[in-house]
Amino acid sequence: MTHPSRVKPAPGTILAIVLGAGVPLAFVGLFFAWPVAAMVGRGLFVDGALDLAGFGDVLTRPRTLRLIGLTIGQAALASVVCVVLGLPIAHVLYRLKFRGQRMLRALVVLPFVLPTVVVGVAFRTLLREGGLLGGLHLDGTFAAIMLALVFFNVAVVVRTVGTTWEGLDQRQEEAARVLGAGPVRVWLTVTLPRLAPAITSAASIVFLFCSTAFGVVLVLGGTKFGTIETEIYLLTTQFLDLRGASVLSVTQLVVVVLVLLVAARARGRRTAQKRVASGRSGRAPRLGDLPSIVVTLAVAAFLALPIVALLLRSLRTADGWGLGNYLALGTTGSRNALVVPVWVALGNSLVIAVQATAIALVIGLAASMVISRRPRSSGLRRSLAGFDAVLMLPLGVSAVTVGFGFLITLNTPPFDLRSSPVLVPIAQALVALPLVVRTILPVLTGIDGRMRESAAVLGSPPWRVLRDVDLAIVGRPVLAASGFAFAVALGEFGATSFLSRPDRPTLPVVIFRLIGLPGGDNFGMAIAASVVLAAVTVAVIALVERLRVGTMGAF
Amino acid sequence: MQTRKKTLAGAGILLAVGLAVSSCASDAAPGATPDKLVLVTHDSFNLSEGTLAKFTDETGIEVEVQASGDAGQLVNSLVLTKDSPLGDVVFGIDNTFASRAVNEGVLADYASKDLTDAEEQYLLPAGSGREQLTPIDNGDVCVNVDHEWFAEAGIAEPVTLDDLLKPEYKDLFVTPAANSSSPGLAFLLATIAAKGEDGWQDYWSKLVDNGVKIDAGWSDAYYVDFSGPSSDGDRPLVVSYASSPPAEVTEGATEAPTGALLDTCFRQTEYAGVIAGTENQAAAEKLVDFLFSTTVQNDIPENMYVFPVNAEATLPETWAKFAAIADDPFVVAPDEIDANRETWLSEWAAIATP
Repeated sequence: MTHPSRVKPAPGTILAIVLGAGVPLAFVGLFFAWPVAAMVGRGLFVDGALDLAGFGDVLTRPRTLRLIGLTIGQAALASVVCVVLGLPIAHVLYRLKFRGQRMLRALVVLPFVLPTVVVGVAFRTLLREGGLLGGLHLDGTFAAIMLALVFFNVAVVVRTVGTTWEGLDQRQEEAARVLGAGPVRVWLTVTLPRLAPAITSAASIVFLFCSTAFGVVLVLGGTKFGTIETEIYLLTTQFLDLRGASVLSVTQLVVVVLVLLVAARARGRRTAQKRVASGRSGRAPRLGDLPSIVVTLAVAAFLALPIVALLLRSLRTADGWGLGNYLALGTTGSRNALVVPVWVALGNSLVIAVQATAIALVIGLAASMVISRRPRSSGLRRSLAGFDAVLMLPLGVSAVTVGFGFLITLNTPPFDLRSSPVLVPIAQALVALPLVVRTILPVLTGIDGRMRESAAVLGSPPWRVLRDVDLAIVGRPVLAASGFAFAVALGEFGATSFLSRPDRPTLPVVIFRLIGLPGGDNFGMAIAASVVLAAVTVAVIALVERLRVGTMGAF
Repeated sequence: MQTRKKTLAGAGILLAVGLAVSSCASDAAPGATPDKLVLVTHDSFNLSEGTLAKFTDETGIEVEVQASGDAGQLVNSLVLTKDSPLGDVVFGIDNTFASRAVNEGVLADYASKDLTDAEEQYLLPAGSGREQLTPIDNGDVCVNVDHEWFAEAGIAEPVTLDDLLKPEYKDLFVTPAANSSSPGLAFLLATIAAKGEDGWQDYWSKLVDNGVKIDAGWSDAYYVDFSGPSSDGDRPLVVSYASSPPAEVTEGATEAPTGALLDTCFRQTEYAGVIAGTENQAAAEKLVDFLFSTTVQNDIPENMYVFPVNAEATLPETWAKFAAIADDPFVVAPDEIDANRETWLSEWAAIATP
């Protein structure tokens, strides 16, 4: 007759929850909320008095309204397209079993780390009149922006949904089949509801990434299509119009919070589900998988096109085809373009990305453990949902606002960090954190609460419940999340360019510098360095995917 | 009890992360001769290895370089951090942002004592930065032309801004956007200087009618749409720097495949200054002098692709041969740029990117 509600939480559990929520909140508060609030405050407080007239001024301009519409429109459309294309790929890469699957999983992430300016140039080279795809007349159109946004973000859906899908117990589908349900009905009534939390997670991340997309929108839209983000950049860096920028930052925040609320509501119905050890769940492809295999191949071809174009360009030198551009990476360039050879920058990048991944993992895991709990009090539940949303915010706010915010807040001890190298991994971790949470959380919330309760009833102390239930199940998703976080950190440019030390540049910063200089050798080096960045990322992710988690066998 | 201990161990790890983050505060050492100066600059700053070390050899002071985005972000960073300066010396404020830096009071009074009459042409007007900013380098933003393309097509190359409106050059010209690229802004300023405050709008409408292509950034214009030797584009005219042609000369070549149209140039001059509020005024002044000295000036062209201002500086060989300098570049006064930047850019956007 032991009812679960009688199990009293041990003091240790309360402490764990306070820490699990407190540390992530302190981190996001110190390195995100405070700088952003300070920056917005500079614009809204004139001579110490709050001046809200700016909202009326800025928000009634037709230009502003158009920008808000475009921002929401392009981000929403890109999210839908990414989900529609990403689901079949997640199915193929995480439900089926075939040779080369791990490599493909790693390859999907590749677009993620490529610097936007390089991808922009690669896309435009294909799309411009006279380019390989010039016949489509897409250069400078909304469709071109959409293509690039999908190129960058489809991996988010594939990996977030795939990680959940991989661990779903397939027997429910099999039972439904046996009972006579057709494949469509099984998908709609059995599989989709169980994937829904992961899908909304992924879609909200894609939305946030796209709503703050900057370089892609400018380069591919040919400056015709602004977004809130590009406008904030213009107002802040060119006009120093802090009032206008603050109004837009607040608008951006409101849009982001609304989207997160909608996503949280959609995720609300949490279904307990039985999970199996992943890796055991895949099956050989069947004829019925043909549609998803076709979609996967088509998207793979689309993703490969700009990458192959880059690869070919990297092999082109002044005296024909060859490895000259790659050999040049060991130097500081023929005309001394760089402070350090590219491999040193790559080393910097790897070290910083590892630090960022570690920070994002520790904080993301702690936060996910807390958010995944289902307290009985509705007030507590709501604050957990709020906590969840706060961790996502850094994706939806302009890097310029955060960057300048760092400069005006982190300037007094003990947080005099403006010139400190630790800010770079911290800034990258802020961007990677939501990905970690969104990858781990759907799996954690999927754990049947009764499993923890039975463990507790059977006498396991809370830390053991945590270890043997939560951590055991979450092991594989943590690996997936760390690979993803690593890729994000490695490719991060916006905040890094603002904070990195010139004598210790990261690879994206070096690439940005090279592609900003005239001369075929510099351009060739920039492209070759991008290929190296992509190759290293894929290799690291593939390695991480190979690791096995020992505790998995427990279930 | 054991439970509690484990949880606390976890807490310790998390706290350690927090402390690691906060324990890196640098301590300033106030005093007459500091050990270190912080040079705040933009992300294009680059000198040969060992050049800054010569300053340390001479003075015993180390220089820490701190980059803060592009030229616009650099000046805005200084303005925003006026109450707690980012460093001691700034390099990289250009003539399009100089007024803002001066008017916002982020600079201390000092112009290098080593300036001579030969550099007079680069100095800002008295009361508008002459007292605070020392010119370090300059570069002309000009229309670049693909000689090979025009030779092959058998069309004469354009020479002036007005030529760009002629039908024979329809759809041949590409420029980065004035509101998202600094050479793009420089070219807009060239047309404003040439056509006057009320005439440039008409000029740009005609440019648009003649098929000018507007790209977001310089890389995009130069490496995608320009037909030069390093790219696959089909437009033989692009807004770039007067120093770009030498970069396209392959080893051993006697002629540059591209060139700059010297009647279309706007001159960007970059300045250094002492940041107001520094505790190391005397040492900071020495660093400004050092940036103006031939040690740095000779090193500038190959590293930053711009010309040194110091009359005593020497140019590298390819530069002397292939890099041209406009005799009479277009000029817009820095305070005028600062006062009109927003108006001009909005008007420009309405005309050029409808």
